[in-house]
Amino acid sequence: MTKAPSVSTTRKIKVDALSRVEGEGALDLHIQNGVIKDLKFRIFEPPRFFEALLRGRDHSEAPDITSRICGICPIAYQLGASQAMEDALGISVTGPLRDLRRLIYCGEWIESHVLHAAMLHAPDFLGLDDALQIAKVNPELVKTALRLKKLGNDILDVVGGRAVHPVNLKVGGFYKVPTKARVRELIEPLKWAIDASRGVTLAFGGFDFPDFDYDYTCVSLRHADEYAIHEGRIVSNRGLDIAVKEFPDHFLEEHVAHSNALHGMLREGEAAYLTGPIARYNNNYDQLSQLAKSTAKEAGLGRVVTNPFKSIVVRMVETVYALEESLRIASAYEEPDGSCVTVAPHAGTGHGCTEAPRGICYHRYQLDDAGLILRATIVPPTAQNQKQIEADLRGVVERNLKLDDEKLKWRCEQTIRNYDPCISCATHFLKLSVKRD
Amino acid sequence: MIDRIPWIIGVGNPMRGDDGAASAVVDYLLAQDIPAYAFDGDGAELMEMWLGQSRVIVIDAAVSGAEVGTVHRFDAHLAELPRNFFRHSTHQFGVAEAVEMARALGRLPAEMIVYGIEGENFTLGGPLSPQVEQAVYQAAERIKADIGGPY
Repeated sequence: MTKAPSVSTTRKIKVDALSRVEGEGALDLHIQNGVIKDLKFRIFEPPRFFEALLRGRDHSEAPDITSRICGICPIAYQLGASQAMEDALGISVTGPLRDLRRLIYCGEWIESHVLHAAMLHAPDFLGLDDALQIAKVNPELVKTALRLKKLGNDILDVVGGRAVHPVNLKVGGFYKVPTKARVRELIEPLKWAIDASRGVTLAFGGFDFPDFDYDYTCVSLRHADEYAIHEGRIVSNRGLDIAVKEFPDHFLEEHVAHSNALHGMLREGEAAYLTGPIARYNNNYDQLSQLAKSTAKEAGLGRVVTNPFKSIVVRMVETVYALEESLRIASAYEEPDGSCVTVAPHAGTGHGCTEAPRGICYHRYQLDDAGLILRATIVPPTAQNQKQIEADLRGVVERNLKLDDEKLKWRCEQTIRNYDPCISCATHFLKLSVKRD
Repeated sequence: MIDRIPWIIGVGNPMRGDDGAASAVVDYLLAQDIPAYAFDGDGAELMEMWLGQSRVIVIDAAVSGAEVGTVHRFDAHLAELPRNFFRHSTHQFGVAEAVEMARALGRLPAEMIVYGIEGENFTLGGPLSPQVEQAVYQAAERIKADIGGPY
């Protein structure tokens, strides 16, 4: 057993490789006389220079190239890029093609949320090392989670032609629309999944959540008619309400020495902000379905969530909602006449933004007369959340200084996992070190 | 005849040096008309891939500290697979986790052999190390012996 430290010492805690996150990152924590001297959430996943390699490529190539940024949330990149191109070229995708886009995005939320909540984050609350331990203690929960995740991937397969890195999405719509029969095959599994995901949500609602609250600036999309997933204006709980193209006017990215991912912040006051499930839930709660709202209430969530550890429950509430939406769209699906809107290339600049499972993902492209990409900018959610992750960590460490190094380390990792950080996306993985002198 | 052939899955990223060892084994087997699949996704998907199969062989790159090019072979029914041994992992859920998860859920195929090929260089865009190239050939020949030919 590690001895609890006395307050008048210096402690250095290092987590050299954070587990159960996507990519490579670390945390260095230096505590002196009970005060945090230094705290750095470092991302050392090598940068991949996607924005540079897009230059000179045709606008039609951007969805498939950018989807390779992430194997968990490829739709966020494919759709963000497609919408930015459509914005630059003056077309819009509506009707059944828009419904299919929402359906495949629901699939991505389901597979990503269930993987993180049940397999990667739940072990933190159960005092277990990993999902394997959960499988030994509660195999039925793991079987249910795996089946739910697979259903999310099945939606990607039916609409996108492949369960990972779908190949069927393009600027203007799809290469080929799925047959009615294939989409309708999703209906029975979706009915099972809505009940099953409610059960998982209520089970997770009974976890013991660490005591920590934060008055977040919540930034998300908001759409007039629906819980925003793949379209909307960018809003915050502090009154921000802007079109997607105004994103660069209100947000900036800063390079900090300890991270290969840019730190996102609000231009105003250079402040941290939160994007992702809790931000969406807080901003758009009124647009959730009745079932999602009642499930949230039964699972112990209020109208507004300020405890980041409850993000695991919010993810599952969003999963219930995404399953309901999938069922609604699949049940009403009729094969459209055309698979896409025709695009004629010309010069222009376009912006796109969607709600990736981890938060808003912004794209901007400038095209030349032939539709070739002159400049590309992609701002993924984990880059935007980095500054807020550090702020949360400071708060959590301050409240838990009495914990011994091992327990403090665990709590810090759990805090980072609240964000389901996709470090591969943000660099365009995690090591933790705590130092106490 | 095809029923006799186990489900062979090579795991890893051929774009990352020795991490491509297993996909090189898959290529070698395919060239001899032996069905095999290259895979570069997460462990949960891996479990789905072998669901319903009674005979499965999985190959992955290994980083155990052994000599580069060593071919490790495990029968999953004889012992638990070592953790932090295999190279491939998405969200820390790789081959060993998938096999052990399947065991915990009662979903381990009746026959489950796992090969690990010891690598050293995993840089982006890098080639296979010469010792690993040799090991690919050895592993493929041992798999052919497992299957029981003739091929």
